[in-house]
Amino acid sequence: MNIVVCVKQVPDTATERKLRSDDNTLDRDAADGVVNELDEYAVEEALRLKEAHGGEVTVLTMGPDKAADTIRKALAMGADKAVHLVDDALHGSDALSTSYAMAQTLKKIGFDLVILGSESTDARTGVLAAMLAERLGVAQLTLANKVEVEGSAVTIQRVTDYGYDKVQGSLPAVISVVEKINEPRYPSFKGIMAAKKKPVQKLGAAEAELAADQIGLGAAWSEVTEAAAAPPRAAGTVVKDEGDGGVKTADFLSSKKFI
Amino acid sequence: MDDLLRIEDELSEEQRLVRDTTSAFVTDKVLPHVGDWFEEGTFPARALAPELGGLGLLGMHLTEYGCAGLDAVSYGVACRELEAGDSGLRSFVSVQGSLAMFPIWKYGSQEQKEQWLPRMASGEAIGCFGLTEPDHGSDPGGMRTTAKRDPSGDWVLNGSKMWITNGSIADVAVVWAQTDDGIRGFVVPTDTKGFSAQEIHRKLSLRASVTAALYFDDMRLPGDAVLPGVRGLKGPLSCLSEARFGILWGAVGAARACLEAAVEYARTRVQFDRPIGSFQLTQQKLAWMYVAVGQAQLTALHLGRLKDAGAITPQQISFGKLANVRAALDTARQARTILGGNGITLEYPVIRHMTNLESVLTYEGTEEIHTLVLGEALTGLPAYR
Ligand SMILES: Cc1cc2nc3c(=O)[nH]c(=O)nc-3n(C[C@H](O)[C@H](O)[C@H](O)COP(=O)(O)OP(=O)(O)OC[C@H]3O[C@@H](n4cnc5c(N)ncnc54)[C@H](O)[C@@H]3O)c2cc1C
Ligand SMILES: Cc1cc2nc3c(=O)[nH]c(=O)nc-3n(C[C@H](O)[C@H](O)[C@H](O)COP(=O)(O)OP(=O)(O)OC[C@H]3O[C@@H](n4cnc5c(N)ncnc54)[C@H](O)[C@@H]3O)c2cc1C
Repeated sequence: MNIVVCVKQVPDTATERKLRSDDNTLDRDAADGVVNELDEYAVEEALRLKEAHGGEVTVLTMGPDKAADTIRKALAMGADKAVHLVDDALHGSDALSTSYAMAQTLKKIGFDLVILGSESTDARTGVLAAMLAERLGVAQLTLANKVEVEGSAVTIQRVTDYGYDKVQGSLPAVISVVEKINEPRYPSFKGIMAAKKKPVQKLGAAEAELAADQIGLGAAWSEVTEAAAAPPRAAGTVVKDEGDGGVKTADFLSSKKFI
Repeated sequence: MDDLLRIEDELSEEQRLVRDTTSAFVTDKVLPHVGDWFEEGTFPARALAPELGGLGLLGMHLTEYGCAGLDAVSYGVACRELEAGDSGLRSFVSVQGSLAMFPIWKYGSQEQKEQWLPRMASGEAIGCFGLTEPDHGSDPGGMRTTAKRDPSGDWVLNGSKMWITNGSIADVAVVWAQTDDGIRGFVVPTDTKGFSAQEIHRKLSLRASVTAALYFDDMRLPGDAVLPGVRGLKGPLSCLSEARFGILWGAVGAARACLEAAVEYARTRVQFDRPIGSFQLTQQKLAWMYVAVGQAQLTALHLGRLKDAGAITPQQISFGKLANVRAALDTARQARTILGGNGITLEYPVIRHMTNLESVLTYEGTEEIHTLVLGEALTGLPAYR
């Protein structure tokens, strides 16, 4: 089975994140880049499927040069090779453009199964899996906390508010995973050493045959015009209990339309 | 904590991955429990060894036989992250990789390598290193353990060893003994008749580490149990150089952990209506520690690069061990004061590191012995005896 895992580099959530002053996009140089946490689960799931069914795991990353670190981590975990979609023209791409660029690349490199984390910690749109499936015209199986492949049938447990739905599709397909699906392995030292020799193919926009008017900031459907820090929390309301604490609490909650 | 000197930026992609794997393992699998291990005076070696082996931490700087073949800086970075967890954990890894696997890898026969190294790299077999004796610590050249060849060609060992990390849990011991031909090393399966080990209790330092005395009572070994590749004190001393290199990095990790705990505490602990971090006395301590940790880290990185270039000398390693362990111990003591009463409990890592570092100051060449090494390097005059 030919599995492609989409892995994104995001700014470390433990550090302060900033927007660029020139175009209000995320300043990716200001913070250390790390693998988007949910994508580690995606890599782990891909590796487990490969271990069970054979095949090959390819990492697909779209991001600036510095995202090479992230690719190396996925390779050190055990992925076989990587494709790095990197081009200044991609800067500022919104979800639609990103899904276009990734789908074009996926068509070029071929796949039986595409696995992604269900969202990234920086943009948090959570739509990429669905957009990719739509653009590729294949089944979408999202928010999986369990994946099973038998022949050409893929079955997942899709997490819902009330438990899970069992959803089945057939290969080729796109799957997004949630964090409860597995426990990602640490890259072992042997894996780290082996990763140095694994092939990483760099593709520019032209090589991926991307239409210039469909990518980058210019193609984005929305624009961030202004950003402001969240206001500090206002002081809380203290209810003093003089025998009527319950009533006062209820009044407060109903004044805020909680009850 | 901010990496003010941007030292981490100096690390390669591979070295950063080694760092991240090791620190994730320590954070997930060690830090939640190590206070308890320390209090109980135990180290779950059998449970941890396969995990450490699976990650490639055992014999990480050696090549082939299941070893990862990391460069020296990666090895150092891994030791740093291990010791940010606990010096006992780092000691386990140092003893396994640098003191037990290294002499077999470097001086062993093909059979010895094939028999032991893959199992030790995976963590299935645990090793120890027997050099120190009850009456010979700083002066191991005077050791009394003897190995005599009898007419059948077998070796017969008599004597004892003291303060041996992993001694009572090991599957294999590398034991150094006097022979007619000078000091030689022996690869000893610990189920050999005449071998016994007794754990040392009542330690107040390195409690999350097993320390034992070894006894050899007419212990008979086949003729091929000797390490063929080395004779004389340079055998064990070369192993110590490998391990000391790990220690001079490890000390940085312990010191950093103490500084981080102190900074966090100083920012949040309020006395006299202000965070204690806002008092100049506290800032003086924190700044002093910041400088000490940064300098120790720079020393470690520099020595790592020298080692990778194949140019490191034992005197340079003495410099690093002396400077960095001293800096770490002073940092731990300063950090402990900032934590006030909380500083004496295992709820915080600081006093654990502080007492551990007393062992680290003593083993692998005491502070005094490394001072004498530098004294000799400066004056050309040896002052050991
Ligand atoms: C927890 C722990 C684990 C250990 N693990 C191992 C192990 O796995 N394998 C192993 O072989 N050993 C191990 N050791 C032993 C360690 O290496 C020795 O303790 C160390 O070498 C010092 O020897 P000693 O304790 O006999 O002290 P001594 O050599 O008796 O020294 C006592 C004091 O005298 C000082 N001194 C000695 N000579 C001089 C001199 N010429 N000038 C000035 N001062 C001097 C020393 O610096 C020290 O301060 C371990 C020790 C500890 C505490
Ligand atoms: C084993 C033990 C037994 C004890 N027994 C008793 C007892 O029987 N009865 C009792 O009442 N108490 C007892 N204590 C409490 C002890 O007196 C306190 O731990 C001590 O007063 C320090 O207070 P703290 O731990 O809250 O530290 P903190 O007051 O929070 O101090 C933390 C750090 O901040 C520093 N600091 C605080 N203010 C300033 C400042 N203005 N400028 C610069 N630095 C500052 C301190 O010196 C310290 O380094 C005991 C403590 C211990 C450890």
